[in-house]
Amino acid sequence: MENRAWRDFERGKWCDDVDVRDFIQRNYTPYEGDDSFLAPATEATKQLWAQVMELTKEERERGGVYDADTDIVSQVASHKAGYFNKELEKIVGIQTDQPFKRSLQPFGGIRMAEEALKMYGYEISPRVKEIFTKYRKTHNDGVFDAYTPEMRLARHAHILTGLPDTYGRGRIVGDYRRVALYGVDFLIRKKEEDKSLIAGDMLPDKIRDREEIAEQIKALKALKAMAAEYGCDISRPAETAQEAIQWLYFGYLGAIKDQNGAAMSIGRNSTFLDIYIQRDLDEGTLTEEEAQELIDHFVMKLRVVKFMRIREYNELFSGDPTWVTESIGGMGTDGRTLVTKNSFRILHTLVNLGPAPEPNLTVLWSRRLPQNFKRYCAEISIKTSAIQYESDDLMRPEMGDDYCIACCVSSMRVGKDMQFFGARANLAKCLLYAINGGKDELDKDKNGKPLQVSPHFAPILGDGPLDYHEVVEKYTEMMRWLAGLYVNTLNVIHYMHDKYSYEALEMALHDSHVRRFFATGIAGLSCAADSLSAIKYAKVYPIRSEDGIVTDFKIEGDYPKYGNNDDRADEIAVWLVKTFMNMVKSHTTYRDSVPTMSILTITSNVVYGKKTGNTPDGRRAGQPLAPGANPMHGRDSHGALASLESVAKLPYDYARDGISNTFSVTRQSLGKEE
Amino acid sequence: MARIHSFESFGTVDGPGIRFVVFVQGCPMRCRYCHNPDTWDAGGGQEFSAAEVAREALKYKSYFTGGGGVTVSGGEPLLQIDFLIELFTILKRKNIHTCVDTSGICFDEADPRYDRLLALTDLFLLDVKHIDDVAHRFLTGRSNQKPLAFARYLSEHGKRMWVRHVLVPGLTDDDRALTGLREFLDTLATVDRVEVLPYHTMGVQKYRAMGGYYPLEGVQPPSPERVENAKRILRAGKYARGEGA
Repeated sequence: MENRAWRDFERGKWCDDVDVRDFIQRNYTPYEGDDSFLAPATEATKQLWAQVMELTKEERERGGVYDADTDIVSQVASHKAGYFNKELEKIVGIQTDQPFKRSLQPFGGIRMAEEALKMYGYEISPRVKEIFTKYRKTHNDGVFDAYTPEMRLARHAHILTGLPDTYGRGRIVGDYRRVALYGVDFLIRKKEEDKSLIAGDMLPDKIRDREEIAEQIKALKALKAMAAEYGCDISRPAETAQEAIQWLYFGYLGAIKDQNGAAMSIGRNSTFLDIYIQRDLDEGTLTEEEAQELIDHFVMKLRVVKFMRIREYNELFSGDPTWVTESIGGMGTDGRTLVTKNSFRILHTLVNLGPAPEPNLTVLWSRRLPQNFKRYCAEISIKTSAIQYESDDLMRPEMGDDYCIACCVSSMRVGKDMQFFGARANLAKCLLYAINGGKDELDKDKNGKPLQVSPHFAPILGDGPLDYHEVVEKYTEMMRWLAGLYVNTLNVIHYMHDKYSYEALEMALHDSHVRRFFATGIAGLSCAADSLSAIKYAKVYPIRSEDGIVTDFKIEGDYPKYGNNDDRADEIAVWLVKTFMNMVKSHTTYRDSVPTMSILTITSNVVYGKKTGNTPDGRRAGQPLAPGANPMHGRDSHGALASLESVAKLPYDYARDGISNTFSVTRQSLGKEE
Repeated sequence: MARIHSFESFGTVDGPGIRFVVFVQGCPMRCRYCHNPDTWDAGGGQEFSAAEVAREALKYKSYFTGGGGVTVSGGEPLLQIDFLIELFTILKRKNIHTCVDTSGICFDEADPRYDRLLALTDLFLLDVKHIDDVAHRFLTGRSNQKPLAFARYLSEHGKRMWVRHVLVPGLTDDDRALTGLREFLDTLATVDRVEVLPYHTMGVQKYRAMGGYYPLEGVQPPSPERVENAKRILRAGKYARGEGA
C-alpha cells in the first residue's frame, strides 16, 4: 500500500521516521519561472464561491452569526459530514454538519461559550451547561482556582492584558502534512513506540507524558473516524494530489474542531503539496486547471473557518480573525529556493477567489528568492493588498528551512516546536505604575481610592520636573515586579490549559519531544520610549489628582521621538526590550519552556490604550497605543525609511517571537506610475 | 551651516530611485500654488551643518542601490549654495548620486560657485513655472529670465536635467503657454525627462495653519484630460539622451 502512495519518491530517512523536511528536500522541484502557467477559476469554483459569498451576506444580515450549535460539544469526530455542494467540492469537510454553523467549544471556559451564544440570541443546551459546570471542569475554572489575588488584580487593571485564561490559547500548529505523507496508522504506531519509551520511575512529569501521548493516540483514532464520515480512509498515506490536500486538510479540520484557539495557523504546506501535484501532472492524471481547482477549493475551506466568540473578543481584534496563516516560499539551507509552482498557485487564489484576509498568506521573503516570484508577489500585493511578508533571511539561521509562522509573526519549526501563547504586558502602563508606586491611574478600589495593584513601591514625590534617573530606577523595579508576576501568571494558565484543554490532535502531529516556547509579549513600547525620552530631553511636570497620584503631565520643550531613526529615542526603546526580556528570562517557566518575547499587537493596541491613563509623552488617556513596534501615530516625521530603520534597531535576539510594524502605503507614495 | 525645513527618508518622486530628500528653508519666490509655504521664511527651520546632513543621509545608503541618492529640495536650495557645495562634496566622496530640485531663480552666471556646484551634481530637477514672463511674474512675483538662463546654462555645460511643470487650471495649462514651453525645451540639449505635476490642494491646510489666506481658493486640480493634453504638448516622459535637442 505504501508503495503505491510513495511511488517515484526518492527514499530516505523520512521513510522510517517521521521527517517531513527530509521528504521535501529529496523530492521537491524548485521553480524559477514566471506565472504564465497559472489557470483561472473553474466553473465549479465560481459556483461554490458564489455560494460562500451568499452565505457571508446572509451571515452579516443575521448580525454576524449565521447559525450556532447549542448542543453538540465540538470534538474531532463529533459531527456528521457536512457539505456546501457535495457534487462540486473537490476538498470536503466543515466544522459542523452545516456550512457557516459555528461549533460549541466549552473546554476553554463554559461561561465564555454560553455568553457568546447569548449575545447572538442562542441558548446553550441545559445538558451541556450542566455537564461543564457540575461534572467537567474547564481551563478557565482551573486558572481562577489557582490565580493569586495579585494576578487577579493585575488582570483586572489591564497591566496584563489579553491573557488566554478564558479562551483557547491557540498558536500551536500541527504538522498536518504528516497525515498525508504517512497516513494515520503509521503515526499511531510511532506514538505507541514513543509512549513505550517513557518508562522507569513514575513521577508527575512522566505520568503526564504518558497520559498525553495516550490522548494523542485517541485523537488520531478520532481523526480517522472523522474522515471516514466523509468516506475517506486516512489510515493509509495519500496516493494522489487530491488525497494529499484532502488528508492534510482533515488534519487541520480536526484541530479546529478540537480547539477554538486565538490563532489557528496551518503551517507551511504549499511546497509539500507541490510534490504530489507535480507527480500527478507528470503522470498525466491531473491538469493544471485541476491542480488550481484543488488549491482553490482548499483555500476556500480555510476562508470559512469560524469560531463562536463574544463581541468584545472581536472588538479586541477588530474583526473575527482566525489567523489561518500559511507560510510560503523562503530559501532552503542548501541554497535552493523553496518556491515551487504551488507557491504561485496558492497566491493565485487571491485572483481566482478575490482578495481576503484569511488564510493569512505569508511570504517568507529573502533577497535570494527567484526574481519571477518576487515580481509576482509584488503584482498580487498591488492588486489585493492581501499578502503578509516576513524575513526568511532573519529567521532561517535560527529556525532552519522548515519553520512556519503561527498567528502573525511567531516562528516555529513545523511539528518540532510549540508555544505557550502569553499575550502582553503593558509597558506604558507599567511606567505610570513606577511613577505612582503601583497605584492604578484609572481604577479605584472599593473605598474609591486609587487601586493599589503592585506591592507598595515608593512613588515619585513632588511637583518638579521628573528626574530621568529616578524614573528609570523606579521603572526598572516596577518592570522587575511585572515580569515576575507575568511569568507566574502564564505558568498557571498553561498548566491549566494542558490539564483541561489539551490540544491532543495538534500535539499528535508534533514530535513527542517538542521544544516549547514561552511566548511573552509587550504592548506600548513606543509610548513608553517616547515618555522616557520626554522626561530625559524635555521637562515633564507631573500633575496630581486630589488623591495625590499623578494623572497628567505638562511637557515643556521638545524631545526626540522613536520612529525618526534618531538614536537618542531609539536607544531607549532598545533598552526597554532588552531589559524586560532579561527580566522574563530570569524566572522559571512552565515545562522548561524557552522564554521568548514579541512586540506585535496588530489591533488590540486600541483596547490596551483605553485602559492606560495620560502618559508623559503627551498621549491622552484612552488614546490608542501604537500597534506592535510602530512609532506613535504621527510622530515619525522623517518619512518611511526613518520609521522602519527605528523599528529595525530593535534586537531580534531579544524578541524572537517576532516584531511587527504595521505600515501602509498608497501606490502614489511608491513613485510615479509610468 | 544651513537652515533646514525637514528630511524625507523615503523620497520616491524627486529624482530616480529611492531618495533621501533634504528640504531647505527659505525661498525668494512666492508662487501662488506653492504647497510648501512653510519653507518660504529664510529665518525659519533648524540649523544643520553639511556634515550633519550628510550623516543623516548616509544612514540610508543601503537603500540607494537602485539608482537612488540624495535630493536637495525646498525652499530654494540655490539660496544656500555654499551649503550645497559642501554637502555634495562629502556625498560625492562617498559615491552618492546627487540631485538639486530648483527653480533656478537665484542663478548668476558670473558667480563661479555655479561651476563648482555643477561638477558635484548628477542631476537637476528644474521647475519651469511659466514660459511667458508676464504670467511668470503674476504667478511667482519674479521674472523668468534667470530660470530660463539657468536652463540654457545647464544645457551648454552638458548637465542632465529633468524639467518639471506644475499644471494649474487657468494659470499654467493653456495650450499656447505649453507650446511655448515645449519650443523652449527643444532648444536645450540635455533634457532627459519632462514631468507634468498636476496641481493639488494639499497645501491649503498649511496656509490655514499659518493664518494666511489661500491665493488659489476654489481652484480645483486639473482634470485627467487636461493633464493628458499637457503631457502630449510637452511630450512628457522619458527621453533618450539628447533626443530633446
